[in-house]
Amino acid sequence: MRFRLTDDQRALRDGMRQLLARRFDGAALRGAAERPERLDRALWRALGEAGFFALRLPEEQGGVGLGLPEAVLVFEEAGRVLLPGPLAATHLAAGAVPGAATGETVVSAVDGGLVEWLAEADVVRGDAPGAVPMRSLDPLTPLHRVPGRAAAAPDPVAVLLTAAEQLGTAARVCELAVQHARAREQFGRPIGAFQAVAHLCAGMLARSETARAAVYAAAVTADPLDIAAARLLADEAAVRGARDCLQVHGGMGFTWESEVHLHLKRAWVRTHRAGGVTHSEEALAAALTAGAA
Amino acid sequence: MDLSDTPAEEEFRARLREWLAKTLPGLPPQPSPDDWPGRRAYDLGWQRRLHDAGYAAVHWDASPAIRLIFLEETEKAGAPYVGANFVGLLHAGPTIAAEGTDGQRARWLPPILRGEEVWCQGFSEPDAGSDLAALRTRAWRDGDAYVVTGSKMWTSHAEVADWCELLVRTDPDAPKHRGITWLAMPMDAPGITVRPLRTLAGSAEFAEVFLDEVRVPAANRVGDENDGWRVTMVTLSFERGTAFAGEVVACRRVLGELAGAARENGRWDDPALRRRLGRLHAEFRALWRLTQWNVSAAQASGGVPGAGGSVFKLRYSHARQELYDAAAEVLGADCLDLDRPWTLDRLSSLSYTIAAGTSQIQHGIIAERILGLPKGR
Ligand SMILES: Cc1cc2nc3c(=O)[nH]c(=O)nc-3n(C[C@H](O)[C@H](O)[C@H](O)COP(=O)(O)OP(=O)(O)OC[C@H]3O[C@@H](n4cnc5c(N)ncnc54)[C@H](O)[C@@H]3O)c2cc1C
Repeated sequence: MRFRLTDDQRALRDGMRQLLARRFDGAALRGAAERPERLDRALWRALGEAGFFALRLPEEQGGVGLGLPEAVLVFEEAGRVLLPGPLAATHLAAGAVPGAATGETVVSAVDGGLVEWLAEADVVRGDAPGAVPMRSLDPLTPLHRVPGRAAAAPDPVAVLLTAAEQLGTAARVCELAVQHARAREQFGRPIGAFQAVAHLCAGMLARSETARAAVYAAAVTADPLDIAAARLLADEAAVRGARDCLQVHGGMGFTWESEVHLHLKRAWVRTHRAGGVTHSEEALAAALTAGAA
Repeated sequence: MDLSDTPAEEEFRARLREWLAKTLPGLPPQPSPDDWPGRRAYDLGWQRRLHDAGYAAVHWDASPAIRLIFLEETEKAGAPYVGANFVGLLHAGPTIAAEGTDGQRARWLPPILRGEEVWCQGFSEPDAGSDLAALRTRAWRDGDAYVVTGSKMWTSHAEVADWCELLVRTDPDAPKHRGITWLAMPMDAPGITVRPLRTLAGSAEFAEVFLDEVRVPAANRVGDENDGWRVTMVTLSFERGTAFAGEVVACRRVLGELAGAARENGRWDDPALRRRLGRLHAEFRALWRLTQWNVSAAQASGGVPGAGGSVFKLRYSHARQELYDAAAEVLGADCLDLDRPWTLDRLSSLSYTIAAGTSQIQHGIIAERILGLPKGR
């Protein structure tokens, strides 16, 4: 057992982090939140060139030929910076929908009763007749509701990639909270010196690091139960982490100018993807009686 | 990232499995939880078997990955827990191995490994729990011995121990972390009184220990006089290492049993209960992955468990309590019956967020040592 990132995996993650820092920094994030419903096509192609969508496509088919662990690492990075767009749907379409692998085509998919980015997508997988626009709570994720569709069993890879994005958010909001707790002073000292604040931050780290171990392990084993577990842990780490981050930011966190609310809203959107948490909970419960604990 | 065994790990696992399959059926029945002399004999007997089969020092000599395999396989097979050997094997022994002289290693380590002597831990005092460095038990140098007076609290296995890893204050005038010394005290020395303390689970697993002018040979000092705090940190890093890893495997087994019980009594039809158990299943799977992650990190950095252990300890102790709360929901009114095994487990799980550093202390360690937040108070 050597449950550590390899040098190549580290390099891949760092490369993606640098690309995103160049192409989608904090200013770009706030800009995007002011101009909702518009996807940055040039950035989408840049992701395509960097192999984001074709990562798991075999080399014979023009892909990068890597596996789930690598996909999880780049999706974690996308989650950290709240990169907008139907990332998982396009990634899953690589090789099946022309242009998806290179980022020329934006692919979305009907997922349960929802579709993200319907108007901006070139291709929508699954049928979305009668899709009705919603005033989406997340300014960076336009949503349509698709009436009367029973949720199908989710694709485990979609579940895992969602978990990876949630992990990115969980890690990022912990960093944001810690930075703020070190810098902001009240009563003549940094608020991070107050236990109530320090313990909120420690709780965020404990959740995100547990989720990290679960998500990475699920990527290695590709076991549907490992994936379901990773998803639950990552959802919890992202949603509760973003709430606690907002709390640590105080009144500043409740303003539109701070990016904290964007993390919480995106984390909430993701909890409804790929079968939602109920599917994962029921799958894990069912496995208990099948003796797969 | 690789979760599969290396060839050496695979070989170790196979050999251990085979040995467990052969050995466990011949073990005598477990004594009752309150029969302390019986448990001492039983636990020492198990250690003796491990020793004879070549697994004696697996907790400290082996690589962290091998240690994890040992914990996983013994738990899966339903082998006995370290029990009364906990302190000797998991922290006093490794501390002596790291900090003792050759003579001390030769005197104390073989009996621990052969299952001949039981150790206990005399660190906490009535007024020194989380703030361990506030300890007041005094020791004066008198010729070739220290004379110790004071009292210790919550000393697990004190009644049946042969030795105690004891912290004493040798310089009351020094800053509080500087005047402490680490001693090995024989538990049969004159002046020691052990008063069992009943726990809320009804058992007497720990005790108060009163020390009245107890003479401890100066040769039993591990590390330098007044340098005991540094030695203590070595002890605590061993204590918080992989100590609970095997229990995660056991909790997963309990979860499966709970699901079976819920099916039988009809509670399984309640979706809220199912979802709760599903979440716990996720939690314990993740805790096992976190253990593997921490162990791989320790292995990469030379084997010393880092502050990451606090993340595990914090989450595991709460998850264990939630597990037995869920058991109570499955059992319904039967959860009030002390003859149901899960009832006692639920009671004893209450100690997990306190012993070996409370949850609040773990939060503090994570905030200061991992996140680098300013020191508070
Ligand atoms: C089952 C069991 C077995 C034990 N076995 C042993 C043993 O064998 N040997 C041994 O030496 N000891 C043993 N202990 C003692 C154990 O280590 C202490 O109980 C523990 O460290 C807590 O100390 P305390 O009980 O004095 O609580 P206190 O330190 O008084 O804490 C009381 C409360 O205040 C909180 N608190 C204290 N300080 C802070 C702070 N700085 N910030 C925030 N909150 C704080 C705590 O989290 C807790 O909630 C055992 C305890 C138990 C329960």
